[in-house]
This record gives sequence, structure tokens and C-alpha cells, in this order.
Amino acid sequence: MAQESNENVIDQPEVLKPRMVTIDIAGKKYEVPEGITVIKAMWYAGQEVVRGVGCLGGFCGACATYYRTKDDPKVRTCLACQTAVQDGMSFTMMPPFPARKALYDIQKLQDPKQDLFNLYPEAPLCRNCNACTEACPQKIDVREGVWKAVFGDFQSVSEMFMDCVMCGMCTPVCIADIAPNLVALYVSRAQGAHFTEKPAGLDQRIKEITDGRFNDEWKKILAMNEKELADHCATVK
Amino acid sequence: MDIHALQQIVHQTRDARRKQTIAKFSPADRDQLIHKYHPDWRASAYRPIRFGPNEGDKTVVELATLLEGDSSLDGSADLTPHHTTDVLVIGGGGAGCAAALHAHGAGAKVILATKLRLGDSNSVMAQGGMQISVAPEDSPVTHFIDTLKGGHMQNDHDLLKVMVEEGPSIAKWLIELGVLFDRQADGNLHVKKGGGSSKPRLLTCSDYTGLEIMRVLKDEVINQKIQLLEFCAAVELLSDNDGRCTGAILKDLDNQQHVVVAAKSVILATGGIGRLHIQGFPTSNHYGATGDGLCLSYRMGAKLDHIDTFQYHPSGAVYPEQLIGALVTEGIRSEGGQLVNAKGERFVNELDTRDVVSSSIIRECEEGRGIRTMSGRVGVWLDTPLLDAEHGPGTVEKHFPAMMLQFERFGIDISKDPVLIYPTLHYQNGGVKIDTNSETNVKNLFVAGEASGGLHGRNRLMGNSLLDLMVFGKRSGLTAASRTGSVTQGKLTLKHLERFRTEAKKHGNVSGVISPMILPAYTRKVG
Ligand SMILES: Cc1cc2nc3c(=O)[nH]c(=O)nc-3n(C[C@H](O)[C@H](O)[C@H](O)COP(=O)(O)OP(=O)(O)OC[C@H]3O[C@@H](n4cnc5c(N)ncnc54)[C@H](O)[C@@H]3O)c2cc1C
Ligand code: SF4
Ligand code: SF4
Ligand code: FES
Repeated sequence: MAQESNENVIDQPEVLKPRMVTIDIAGKKYEVPEGITVIKAMWYAGQEVVRGVGCLGGFCGACATYYRTKDDPKVRTCLACQTAVQDGMSFTMMPPFPARKALYDIQKLQDPKQDLFNLYPEAPLCRNCNACTEACPQKIDVREGVWKAVFGDFQSVSEMFMDCVMCGMCTPVCIADIAPNLVALYVSRAQGAHFTEKPAGLDQRIKEITDGRFNDEWKKILAMNEKELADHCATVK
Repeated sequence: MDIHALQQIVHQTRDARRKQTIAKFSPADRDQLIHKYHPDWRASAYRPIRFGPNEGDKTVVELATLLEGDSSLDGSADLTPHHTTDVLVIGGGGAGCAAALHAHGAGAKVILATKLRLGDSNSVMAQGGMQISVAPEDSPVTHFIDTLKGGHMQNDHDLLKVMVEEGPSIAKWLIELGVLFDRQADGNLHVKKGGGSSKPRLLTCSDYTGLEIMRVLKDEVINQKIQLLEFCAAVELLSDNDGRCTGAILKDLDNQQHVVVAAKSVILATGGIGRLHIQGFPTSNHYGATGDGLCLSYRMGAKLDHIDTFQYHPSGAVYPEQLIGALVTEGIRSEGGQLVNAKGERFVNELDTRDVVSSSIIRECEEGRGIRTMSGRVGVWLDTPLLDAEHGPGTVEKHFPAMMLQFERFGIDISKDPVLIYPTLHYQNGGVKIDTNSETNVKNLFVAGEASGGLHGRNRLMGNSLLDLMVFGKRSGLTAASRTGSVTQGKLTLKHLERFRTEAKKHGNVSGVISPMILPAYTRKVG
């Protein structure tokens, strides 16, 4: 396409009439516009959704949903705010699942790698079925993460689960009653609080502030009138 | 024409653009641009507020209508408390969690009530990072100056000084709780440069900064056994005979029942207004960002500050249709991603402040240099593949995994194809006026986080919000907790509502809507 050509400057489209598709929400059929998100399809179908919507941006995990596409027996998982509907799709939202979360004081742990087995004694009982990994809409290798946690490789777990939105879809499928996301959350926090180097520069800066290193500069700046302050700001690039 | 054909121009002009530098606007040019194109300057979108603490001040029509709205409560409501506590925190985002944890840590009995689940908020979505001056060549003073410049010199100096000075100790607190900030090889915190900042100052957790902080804070709230009331939205505050805040009435969204909470102090941390879709803009905000805290405090007599200015984030997705309004993180531009119009030209320094970048995108589109999608939306290109071209293949995937995944779900590989963007309603720059303890002019009513105003002036600098939440969440929590001994639980009345209604009547009555809004009405009326 030539750069001078005007046609791509503003491409006058025919605004398309949406094609309607038939979907199935929790067992009932509805006609909705193709390609809207699963959550929007529920609104379009006239449903009030309170539980099941949070950030609408793919980060909070409130909208965990099971779905199946036409003629495919495989039930998959998705985040409803991040998935488009297609013809013949059926879906239902995941109800809150009563997984057990261990309570701990992260700062007071003496031996976090050992404590894992007290807090989550089920963690080493993983039976390698891989259902958790298949259930994860964030494509985390959840099963691998559980093993790495058990073997004390906390750093890898914390990196692997940075994408975890805590949707909990890995928990109801676990035949060993593990809540992999909660195990990983504990492990990641322990990694941060206990096995990551303390940043020396940060302590230095905190000390400078308490020692008043910037006091003279503050005095100067806070004494300026509007004009002086604006001029001073203009010199900072 | 299809979007792929339109994209070619970005690939064709990439090499020529790489070496080009674009100067930032001079202050005069910047003001001219903003006055002409920034949505804050569309006079027709504004009107004066007719009564209340900000009578005569202008704000957008959508907000004015809610502020003048009526309460859903009538004078005869049963005010027998279901719960009694020292501190009631309303809102389960970053500011609410920080407030609850600090108040609890200081020994107060705390209840945290929130509209959706704990953590369903704007805070989980923050990708770009958190500004804290930790680098040796940086300082709190420089942070102060950068923020002032970004805020058009309108920031409250006292609030701002407190924020920049407490930043480093906040980073330490979060690290001790287990937050995994990105590090340099020597173990120090890695800092990135953000738009409008003179020094690299953004602390990040990959592009999941808000999510990582919120995972940890939520976990900590639960570990500390702080009493939670989820799916409970505040619909009215309570006051005693002297106008002090004494609690709140919540509505349980599961059974529609009212829950009355008596508290010695109340901390509102209800976040922003994106879901009001001001001026018809799409938004990056969460489902519950409906400005509830502003309405609740306004009726109590709290004064608002800078509520005529909103932040339209330059890069909201325009395509695919499913991601309309969703944020394309500023980090892309921080790392060199360029903005390109339909002619293949750059038109602004991508690291200028948000109001400038947004205004220039709107200018390009209004002057016919935008790109139109099949559904009729207009935008400009953000050249994401440029990052791989500059810093080596795999850069986008490594630094922006969240964004890669988000677009991948719709079959778009942003490391190969540019993305189409247009400003999206992102942040409420102003809010309820607070002092350095986060308290409003209503005694024992605190407001923390995005719902508060003054700190950011007329334009918030990127990355300053996450710090705001932590600093003023903490200050509100500690101050509220410190009152536990000295304050006795006041009476629970709706006297403020009587005053509000009397005043409304004098000025031609309330606007006819019920506020707060609680949730946007997206459900289609069928049948
Ligand atoms: C997509 C996106 C990306 C961002 N990126 C960054 C970034 O990189 N860096 C940065 O510094 N800032 C960023 N911001 C801004 C920042 O995230 C927000 O300003 C900040 O999270 C607001 O925090 P908060 O605690 O005040 O409000 P929120 O986090 O929004 O929390 C408000 C809470 O109050 C609840 N609530 C609301 N009304 C009621 C009611 N009536 N009753 C009970 N509860 C109620 C809500 O449900 C929610 O839980 C971003 C914002 C968005 C939307
Ligand atoms: S690990 Fe579990 S909770 Fe986390 S995103 Fe995957 S399925 Fe959801
Ligand atoms: S679902 Fe449970 S048992 Fe199966 S692999 Fe995952 S953690 Fe192991
Ligand atoms: S609503 Fe938050 S991930 Fe979908």
C-alpha cells in the first residue's frame, strides 16, 4: 500500500450488522451477537450478574467459567470477560468453591520450606493427574508447580505463578484435594519474604530520609512562590 | 479495508521511525493542545453542581447528577446495628486492604466491607508499576517535582510531600509481606522510567504489579482474620447529632437486606468512576467503579477537590471489539513503543504526560489521520513489534506476558502486529478533599485511594496511584485506630440526610436519580 494513498487515512467501513449466534447459558438457549464476550452475552440475555464479575480486565479471576464448543465433548475453562462467544457454545459460571486456605504469619515462619508440609499436608500427595494444568485459563503448568513447591524450589514456583489470577479453577478438579493456587501463593510469599535478597539501596534511602538528607532541598522548594516553583520545575528534565 | 491491510504501513515505516526523536511540547504548546482536544475541556460535558459543599463548582454532567441524587434510605429506616466495630473500612482494593491491615496492626477492631469480592477492584489491574524514589540518582524531592509538573502545579504540597517521603518505607513493608518486585542483578530494586518522570522510578512485578500486591494483601487480610463483609455495598453513611461520622448502612447484594454497622471511624476506599462512562468513553476500570464514595461523602457534607478533571489513558484497546477500553499498559511506551497514525507518522513524544499524549491521539483522529475499524471505531497504532526489533526477539513476551496473553486469546500476536488504541476513561484525578491523615472535613470520616483528591492535582502521574493507596491507606488506618481509645461510639442517625434533602429542596430538588449507583446497568431489558 502506497504511503501517499488516501484510502487508509480513513477507511469508511460499512458498519457490519452483527451476525447472531445461538448459545446455551446454564442449559437455556439464547441468541446473541457473535464475538461478544461471555459476560456481555449474559447481560445481553437479560441476566443480572453480580457474583461472577469483578475487574472485567482478566486480572481478578471472578469470572471463572466452564464452556464447551459445538460438538466437542471436551469441557474447557475460561475467564468470561476475556473470551468471545461462538455459535453452539454452551457455558456456565463456576460457583465459589470451598477450598481450605491455611492461615499463617508469613513474617514469623522459622522454616518456610518445612512449614509447607504442616500448612498444606496434602501438597505432597499429588497424584500427577494433570487436571489442574488442563483447567488453568492462564496456561500455568500447575502440576509442575505443585511438585516444585514440594521439592522446595520456591523461586521457580513464584515465577511460574506470577500470572495466577486466583480464579480457583485448578481446585475443584484436584483428586488429592490440593488447592494448587493457595499452595503457590504461600510459596511465593515465602520466597519474597524469606529467600529474596534484601535490597540494600532501599534501606539506604530510608535512612537518608530519616537522617534528613533532603531537608535543605525541601526547605528551599517549599519556600518558593508559585512562579519560582514553576521556573524550578522547568529546569528538571 | 481489513485491519491487517491497514497495519502494513506500520511495518513499512518502522525502520525510518526508529532513529527519529520527537521533542516534548513546550508548556505553551501543551496547554494549547490540551485546551483544544482534551475531554476535560469539552465545555458542553460540564455543568455547575447546584447545591452542597461544592455548590457552583463545575463537573461532568454524569457526576453532578449522582452527587445531587437522593439516598435510597427513608427517614424511618431501622438503625439498630448488626455489627459494632472500631474501624469500618469500605472497599476492598489496595487502599482498603492497606487501611484495614494497618488499623488492625495497631490494635483496632476492624470490619472490611466491599461491594464485590475482596480484591475485585482497579488495584488488581495495575500493570505499569509503582513510583518510589529508590534509585541513588533519584530523590523524594525529584519525585515531588515530577509529580507537580504532571499535575499542572495544582497538587496539594502537604499530601504530596508525605507520599513521596513515605514511599521507600512502603516498599519495605510490601517486601516484608512477600511482594516480589523485579530486581537488578545486585539484588537492588529494578526501576523503570515512566511517562512524565525525569528519573527511572517505577517498581514493577513483571506486568502484574497490582495483581501481585493484591494477592499478598488479600492473603494477609485473611491471615489476620479481619472480619470481611463481601458483596456488601455501602448505600449510606451514618452521623451523630454533631455531624460526625458514626458508621454506615450496607446493602447485602445477595439478599438485598440492609446491614447497619456502628463504627468509631469510617474509611471510604471505594475507588474511581470509570463505569460512569463519562462523555461516552469506554473505560479500563473494574465493574464497581461507580463513584459511590463521592456521593456518600458529599451527602455527609465532605468537600470535593478537582472533580472536574479525569484521566483518559492514552492507550485503551480499540480492536479487537472484545477488549474495547481495556488498558494497553504504558510500559510498552516506556520501553520504546511508538504511536503511529494512518500515514505511518509519529506525532507526539510517547513519554509525554498522559493528558498530552491522549490529546494528541484525539487530534490525529479528529483531523482524519486515525484508523477506523469495521465496527466504526477510530484509533491510532501502537507499534509493539518495535520492541522486539529494538531489544531482540522475545522482548514483548518476556516483559509483557499479561498483555501477550490478553490479545493471544483473540488470535492477535502483539509481538508481530501493532495494536490499535484510543484514549480510555481511566482515573479520577480529584476526589474527596483530605488532610495528611487522610481525614475529610467530616470528623471521623476518612477517604483513601482513588476516591480522595488533591494529591494528584489535575493529572496523576503514572505509577503514583499505587503509592497513594499504600501511603494514605496506612495513614487513614493508623489515625482511625489511634482514635479507638478517645472516641466513644456516637449515635446512629440520618440527620445529614435531612439537611441534604432540605438543601436540595431549596435548590429545585434532587436530580431524580438514586445514588450511589453501586453497579452499572449493563443488563439488557428483554421482553
Ligand atoms: C487497568 C488499570 C491499570 C492501572 N495501572 C496503574 C499502574 O500501573 N500504576 C498505578 O499507580 N496506578 C495504576 N492504575 C490506577 C490504580 O490502579 C487505581 O487508581 C487504584 O487501584 C485505586 O485503588 P483504590 O483502592 O482506591 O480503589 P479500587 O482498587 O478500585 O478499589 C475500590 C474497592 O471499593 C469497592 N467499592 C466501590 N464502591 C463500594 C461501595 N459502595 N461499597 C462497598 N465497596 C465499594 C470496589 O468494589 C473495590 O473493591 C491503574 C488503573 C487501572 C484501571
Ligand atoms: S493456577 Fe489455578 S487459580 Fe491460578 S490462574 Fe491457574 S487455575 Fe486459576
Ligand atoms: S489436580 Fe491435584 S492431583 Fe492432579 S496433578 Fe494437579 S495437584 Fe496433582
Ligand atoms: S472479571 Fe476479573 S478476570 Fe474476568
